[in-house]
Amino acid sequence: MIDRIERIEQEASAAVDAAQTTDALEQVRVQYLGRKAELPLILRGIADLPADQRGVVGKRANQARVQIEAQLTAARTALEASELDARLVSDQIDVTLPGDPAQPVGRLHVLTQTRREIEDVFLGLGFSVLEGPEVETVYYNFDALNHSPTHPARSKSDTFYTTTGEVLRTHTSPMQIRAMEAAPPPLYVIIPGRVYRRDSDATHTPQFHQVEGLAVDKEITLADLKGTLLDFSRAIFGPDREVRLRPHFFPFTEPSVEIDVSCFNCQRDGSPCSVCKGTGWLEILGAGMVDPNVLGHVRDHGYDPEEVQGFAFGMGIERIAALKYGIPDIRTLYTNDVRILEQFG
Amino acid sequence: MKLPLNWLFEYAEPYMTPRAIADRLDMTGTEVKRIDHHGVDELEQFVVGKVLTCEQHPNADRLRVCTVDVGTGEPSHIVCGAPNVAAGQTVAVAKPGAIMPDGTRLKKAKLRGEPSEGMILAEDELDIGTSHSGIMVLDDALEPGTFLAEVLPIATDVLELEITPNRPDCLSVYGVAREVHAACDVPLQPAPWDGVDLGAPSGIDGVTIEVRDPDLCPRFTAVAYDDVTIGESPAWLKQRLMAAGQRPINNVVDITNYVMLLTGQPVHAFDLDRVAGQRLTVRRATPGEQITTLDDQVRTLPADGMLIEDAEGPTSIGGIMGGARSEISEDTTRVLIEMATWVGSNILATSNALQLRTEASGRFEKGLSPEAAVEGQKVALGLMQELAGATRRPGWIDLGGDGPAPVTIRLRDARVTSLLGVEVPISRQREVLKAVGFGVADAEDGLDVTVPHWRRFDVTREADVIEEVARLAALDDLPATLPTNRPGATLTWPQKVRRRAEDVLVGRGVQEIAGWSFASPALVDRLRAPEGSPLRNVVALDNPMSEEDAVLRPTLVGSLLDAARHNLAHGADSVALFDSGTVYHGWLDDGEHDTPANEHHGLCALLVGPLDPPTWRSPKPAAADFFAVKALVGAVLDTLRVPWEARPAADWSFLHPGRSAEVVSGDTRLGYVGELHPLVAQEWDLAGGAAFAIDLGRIAALAPEVPVYRDVTTFPPVRQDLSLVVTDQSAAQILAIVRKAGRKLLRSVSVFDRFEREGETSLGLHLEFAASDRTLTEEEVAAVWSDIVRALNEEGVQLRA
Repeated sequence: MIDRIERIEQEASAAVDAAQTTDALEQVRVQYLGRKAELPLILRGIADLPADQRGVVGKRANQARVQIEAQLTAARTALEASELDARLVSDQIDVTLPGDPAQPVGRLHVLTQTRREIEDVFLGLGFSVLEGPEVETVYYNFDALNHSPTHPARSKSDTFYTTTGEVLRTHTSPMQIRAMEAAPPPLYVIIPGRVYRRDSDATHTPQFHQVEGLAVDKEITLADLKGTLLDFSRAIFGPDREVRLRPHFFPFTEPSVEIDVSCFNCQRDGSPCSVCKGTGWLEILGAGMVDPNVLGHVRDHGYDPEEVQGFAFGMGIERIAALKYGIPDIRTLYTNDVRILEQFG
Repeated sequence: MKLPLNWLFEYAEPYMTPRAIADRLDMTGTEVKRIDHHGVDELEQFVVGKVLTCEQHPNADRLRVCTVDVGTGEPSHIVCGAPNVAAGQTVAVAKPGAIMPDGTRLKKAKLRGEPSEGMILAEDELDIGTSHSGIMVLDDALEPGTFLAEVLPIATDVLELEITPNRPDCLSVYGVAREVHAACDVPLQPAPWDGVDLGAPSGIDGVTIEVRDPDLCPRFTAVAYDDVTIGESPAWLKQRLMAAGQRPINNVVDITNYVMLLTGQPVHAFDLDRVAGQRLTVRRATPGEQITTLDDQVRTLPADGMLIEDAEGPTSIGGIMGGARSEISEDTTRVLIEMATWVGSNILATSNALQLRTEASGRFEKGLSPEAAVEGQKVALGLMQELAGATRRPGWIDLGGDGPAPVTIRLRDARVTSLLGVEVPISRQREVLKAVGFGVADAEDGLDVTVPHWRRFDVTREADVIEEVARLAALDDLPATLPTNRPGATLTWPQKVRRRAEDVLVGRGVQEIAGWSFASPALVDRLRAPEGSPLRNVVALDNPMSEEDAVLRPTLVGSLLDAARHNLAHGADSVALFDSGTVYHGWLDDGEHDTPANEHHGLCALLVGPLDPPTWRSPKPAAADFFAVKALVGAVLDTLRVPWEARPAADWSFLHPGRSAEVVSGDTRLGYVGELHPLVAQEWDLAGGAAFAIDLGRIAALAPEVPVYRDVTTFPPVRQDLSLVVTDQSAAQILAIVRKAGRKLLRSVSVFDRFEREGETSLGLHLEFAASDRTLTEEEVAAVWSDIVRALNEEGVQLRA
């Protein structure tokens, strides 16, 4: 009887292995484990066997049944998977069609993008970001920034005035004064924002954006200005950039300088370059050490010019963006043509 | 300012290329905009020639055929059209290959059949004069073949300088020579006025001058000349003027311009015989007073405009322009050379009022020193004698005298180092300061620096002197360091809120634009704003670029509508745009405000057409409507965790009154959401559209900066749905009833379904019950549930069967 069971087990195993489809496998199951199959009959007939054989035969027959069932289950899982794969392969879609539902893409305006980049560089250098009013008083925009009463920038041909005698700020510099009035030194801030001048050509629009920088502390030097703007230039224009300081004149800084960054577009060997015109340098901003007269306006707020000193700078966001992205006419940025805007941001 | 290098080199010659000189000037504060070339090029092709023969051209009445010895042995055949050409003359010749001032290259040519190997030159052809009446006849002593450049100034490089307004002293050849001396470390020749003595200002016989308003005319000097012969200036002078951008006129006028360009001091020459009464009075104009200037314009002077008048009335506008009446003419024989000092701010004000800017006003307005007037007179003296054969009438007039005594500023060495961040040896400081004309003496902690008169207005404090040291001795090798005391920094909460809000919209496919702050006053009409509408409370400009830009935008929606129209007209099928920027209003109360205008940062979005583009499976997506834009504003506010709701409101004239709402958080109005009013859409050629706008300042104040942790796992919530048949209540009203009755245990409620059938409106709600300190029992939930149902029943709302 034991031999018989072992033979059934071997036959069943071979039949399972031979089955190629789930249907064939079902036939194997019926043949070996169905109601009328031999092994179940043996199991049902255990009770009729002599007592000394019941234990041995029963145990062996049960083992065989478990073994066959396990083999069947494993084979069924494998066959079902391969049959599913076969069905899926024939269920072919055109994967080259567009995704759906469409996910529309939005972008920041290139000026916002550039402004954020600049803000992030200076945040990393420890400068907080301040903002201020765009309609500004003559005091903050000119007087407190050491502009003489007859300074040409005050004229109505250069500066927008409101009907109530205020100005549209011509630079972000008035926030220098407001910032110093609001908080004692040490002060490390940048001030991005929109400014206005009565100008319109390929490199000027009547509204544009600046980022002002101001650092006032006990031991701020012109060399610190250079290092700060070197870091900035490398972050924005690439790690190989150098900067140089060229003397200049601004009413609210002394000494005053313009900052040039080495051209990122050419070999800087004097050969023609559309970005730097062959000079190897790009003027990016005006800067200098805060004029003692400016500090004098906020002396009572803790800014004694004999005790503290600082640097200030102001750059145009449009200019940085135009240089970085090769935008020939910044007026196009204000046409708000999506075909242009979607190229950036 | 145009600086001819051949003129500069008379005073400081660095033996460097023009580019190298320009670079040194650039790096020391004198910006060079351009390097130009004045005159001819290929200089070896310009030579002295001797006309050997001169015959009539066989085919042209006005041409001659000459043979010219140009020093090469074989005479050149040259066809010449000048009426004055004759055999035996020594002339200037351009040979083939020569480049003329306009850039053309001379070639061998045939003129009416006769070969011509070059050109006999008139002065205008060399840009050393303006005459074209005939060829130049040179000194017979010159050898044929001599390079012309050795005889005449036929070419120079010219630096176009951009002089900063604090340095009027550099609006002069000698002023820049001083800078070149310091920047390039080359010797500076003595000033052209050095060693000239005008003698005592003892007055001039027969000439009376009175300055009535010395507060606006601190110095007035005059020197008189007799026996003046008006004529042409020599070539060297004409060339310098032309290279500097001035047109030669006659010797006396040319001298006035030459002295101004050389010294920086404007000069005026009167024909003394035409100065009525031989007297000049300098005074303020009377109100509305008029004068006819050199350019034959009648001009009305502003208050404080300064006049120079003679016995017959005004003859010049002081510091700006002379009058026609006493102008130098060909018949002039007696000349009064006037050099004065005017108050710069007053010249600027007068020049602005007259809309008249001249070489003189551009210099005076920046502030010139009284001493410069005398320097100029000294230079003019020699030139008048040499070039106009003039005899100086004894004495001169000087009203006002020199400026205040020079100030001495202590330059502390420690301060130099602490401001610049680099040590500059005192010896070097002394050297560069002396080079640009400062007096320098040793002091215990640095130097005592005396300011020369031409820097009187510019250098008044220690910081100004440090700038001189910086630009001449420190900037080249300045180290790059970082401040050592930098505090940490992060964006403020409102700045983070703004970035987050913008990013939410960008992430949902909305494109940011940058609208103009300027708007047309007609915008509010186009937006149908009624009288008294807050939109009409605008900030108006006094001097807009155009009437279309005469106010500051009182809403962001105007530029979005403009941008939508622009893009739809340029091929876009739909637009989804937003602007994040300042909105401007006047203050409505009379209170004290920190800022002149009421400004807030707004976020406004406009959708026209579907937000999602059509695809192959959804070829016709629905156009964005009220609910699309409400979902968009909801995404922004929910991201920022601002509790909000939309309440029916029709306060916006540009929105559909039945499809607009105010967006509120508690009692704070954040903005609006709605579909465009059809008439507004039509005004901008749009088929429709929907918009929202919110005040990001208010939102930042309401958005929680630091979220509070809430346990979500220990006590799980119980979720139930509620199906209702409502009458005329809005969804918000139903939710309010449910929230009120659900009290603390109702954590959230939201609408998930709504449909209308057989006149009944059904609403489906998700409810979530939870407590923070325990798991709710079925009995607790059932009690709240029945409270909610009862409250709804009381308002006529039934559970759906």
